[in-house]
Amino acid sequence: MANQPETLKNLPGSQNINRFTLPNGITALTFNNSSAQSVNIFGLMDNGARLDPPDKLGTANFTAAMLSRGTTSKAFAEFHEILESRGASLSFSSGTHSTSFHGKALAEDITVLLDLASDGLRRPAFPKDYVERMRQQLLAGLAIREQDTAEIASLIFDEALFPGHPYGKPVDGFIETVQAITRQDLVDFHTRFFQPQDLILVIAGAIEGLDVRKLIETYFADWQSTPGQRPSLPAIPQAPKAIVRRHRFIEDKSQTDLILGTYGPSRKSEDYLPAYLGNNILGQFGLMGRIGESVRSKSGLAYSASSGINAWADGGSWEFSAGLNPENLDKAVRLIRDEIERYISEPVTGEELDDSQSNLIGRLPLSLETNAGIANAILTIERFELGLDYYQHYAEKIRAITPQQILETAQKYLHPDLLVITSAGSGKDIP
Amino acid sequence: MDPKVETHVLDNGLTILTKELHHVPLVSHWVWYRVGSRNETKGKTGISHWVEHMQFKGTPKYPVNVLDQAISRDGGVWNAMTSLDWTAYFETLPSHKLDIALDLEADRMLNSLFDKEETELERTVVISEREGNENESLFRLGEAVQLAAFETHPYRNQVIGELEDLKSITRDGLYQHYRDHYAPNHALIALAGDFDKQQVVEKIRALYGSVKKRETGDVTPIPEPVLKNSQKIEIEGPGDTIYLQLSYRSPAANSDDFFALTVIDSLLSGPSSLSMMGGGGVSNKTSRLYQALVEKDLAVSISGGVQATIDPYLYELLAILPPEKSTDAALMTIDREMTRLQQEKVSPQELARAVKQAKALFAYGSESITNQAFWLGYASMFADHTWFETYIQRIEQVSPEQILAFAQHWLDPNRRIIGIYRPKNNRN
Repeated sequence: MANQPETLKNLPGSQNINRFTLPNGITALTFNNSSAQSVNIFGLMDNGARLDPPDKLGTANFTAAMLSRGTTSKAFAEFHEILESRGASLSFSSGTHSTSFHGKALAEDITVLLDLASDGLRRPAFPKDYVERMRQQLLAGLAIREQDTAEIASLIFDEALFPGHPYGKPVDGFIETVQAITRQDLVDFHTRFFQPQDLILVIAGAIEGLDVRKLIETYFADWQSTPGQRPSLPAIPQAPKAIVRRHRFIEDKSQTDLILGTYGPSRKSEDYLPAYLGNNILGQFGLMGRIGESVRSKSGLAYSASSGINAWADGGSWEFSAGLNPENLDKAVRLIRDEIERYISEPVTGEELDDSQSNLIGRLPLSLETNAGIANAILTIERFELGLDYYQHYAEKIRAITPQQILETAQKYLHPDLLVITSAGSGKDIP
Repeated sequence: MDPKVETHVLDNGLTILTKELHHVPLVSHWVWYRVGSRNETKGKTGISHWVEHMQFKGTPKYPVNVLDQAISRDGGVWNAMTSLDWTAYFETLPSHKLDIALDLEADRMLNSLFDKEETELERTVVISEREGNENESLFRLGEAVQLAAFETHPYRNQVIGELEDLKSITRDGLYQHYRDHYAPNHALIALAGDFDKQQVVEKIRALYGSVKKRETGDVTPIPEPVLKNSQKIEIEGPGDTIYLQLSYRSPAANSDDFFALTVIDSLLSGPSSLSMMGGGGVSNKTSRLYQALVEKDLAVSISGGVQATIDPYLYELLAILPPEKSTDAALMTIDREMTRLQQEKVSPQELARAVKQAKALFAYGSESITNQAFWLGYASMFADHTWFETYIQRIEQVSPEQILAFAQHWLDPNRRIIGIYRPKNNRN
């Protein structure tokens, strides 16, 4: 058994993360993990679906998908031949705030990943036939989404909670908006919003003895930014002032998916950790916390019922979800609202707090077990400016949170009568 | 470089596999039972999975909430899964907390309560789980194809079970299934991580040593090594997506043919990781079927799936098509690629690529302690742990001739199930 300081020494921190910036503004963080044979590269480009034109939602997502569809120096087939013949992978995707990529290879193939990541980010060719092929793939994905009760409940939840705000709009757009996007739109989006100063690059894996900085410079140092302005995010709309109820009918479904919730803290907010820890008690710990206990274990209403916090740079949501037989929908809503009422009325017990504190602290090493886990954790601290030693101090921070703090944070965000409640499945639309 | 796996067998038949790995202060502990949907009979489908649920409902020593708390409070993750051939329970936790996991699993091998009221509450939870599955068009298609693919073998049933059975299975039936199958001679413990193997084996001996063997009375199902003909199953439902599924009989995992199939799957639709515990995959854009279907705009995606099973099961290919596309054209293209496999030898380069891909997937999957322990136990359910240790070697040994022979025998267009899900009211 490893003792405490030994454990800390191995967790990512200023003592073992190498962080540097290139003259063109790229921030890089690297971490050597010699117990694994692989290397993982995560990248995060500050742009994303928040910059989508309103009539062309899905542009950022479409652009990200095209980054691996051929570059000015490598055709689609060659790009993927290089990857797949080595058992490597590299994929680009987009979120509301960013375009991200994740590459993975055996350690001996690290240069291949850097080369292709750089090529994809900087020199996508947007070949015409691949734009159309990708459009068909994206449309097929949207058609599948239309039949997915959980996805639709989530989509109409976001729309109702963040009306008119990018947080309320789907990253993958809608059928009509994806049909409206032209090749030129993608080229323009890429030219405008892919700039080196907006890139964070994280490498974790078996990189001992490699001059990783030099490698990164080889593939990224000559990338120059082009001047330009980008629109800032509008203010988050008002929190719900009553119960807002929406339902979408989807034909032929045995189960209805329910989401209920409201705003949550941003990832950078002081409220985040008390909310996160409190939510562990509310809807995560053991078999999905108090929510799981009430809806699943004691009532047998659902296979899954839990709560979660989505925290982004500028805000977030606090969501309760369950998959239910339509007959049990109202009952589950009542049970969840009762739990919210209890959660904002009385402090969590000392035992509950202690359990969840131990749970969050104890499972940190588990989340940092693989190179992908480590790289992702390092990306999070850089992205949300949490400090290189965040994980070194994580245990103290969690231990310092009191029941009173959890209660006050809960009262700030949650109220059983001020909620967006959405569902999708059988039964008439509630628009 | 890889540490040795050690095997201990107690007098009551309980097998213990250990693999010490000290690079992180974690341990993953798995208990595997040789019971799954393969052991189920008519009227009792889904019973193994439901028993798995009941194993979280408490014993006298660890009542329901205590049990939850015991693992979770120290940062452990724990879960269970039921499959065709097995049911497995695991805890991955900080190494100094291993004792609680050992004690808990030993206790629930024998002492689970199967409280009547809890059983009824869990009935609706399991039905809810099934209803969640039914929401997926692909589940419905897969269920229909699987039923058609076996005449009598229990692999025809879904692990989750038929709705009718979930309504009628009783508490006593569940308890009997538990008592019959949860015994040391049907179980295997796999441990990987930061522990001392001698100490752990002694602890396990102390916990389980006095537990008696039991016989199950199960009738061994008769394997169905070939499909007798080709069938087409078409179902209709809402949506704007066509799913085309092809199911061929696949060989038992403990055969050389299985490794030939693994290579073929890699060539046809990209390598699939056998691990159920993540680790990630490799894309399939250079695979033969992606090239022939997606790059030619006949489908928007293609994937393949191999499962390692005791008896011959199913090798599945799944293509997703936009509603206006022709399933016949996609099918003809797949058949052309199958014919090519049956007639032309695969090049050494293609074989080398499949090997490299398997090696990479294997390396990714080995990063987590949970996966390491998973593999040991998993391989033991249909072979033994050397299956896992020699996996790459056996893939390297697959020859072009073997692939040719495999394709001719197993990928016969006259012996397969074609499943098609069609949108019933095409919006276009």
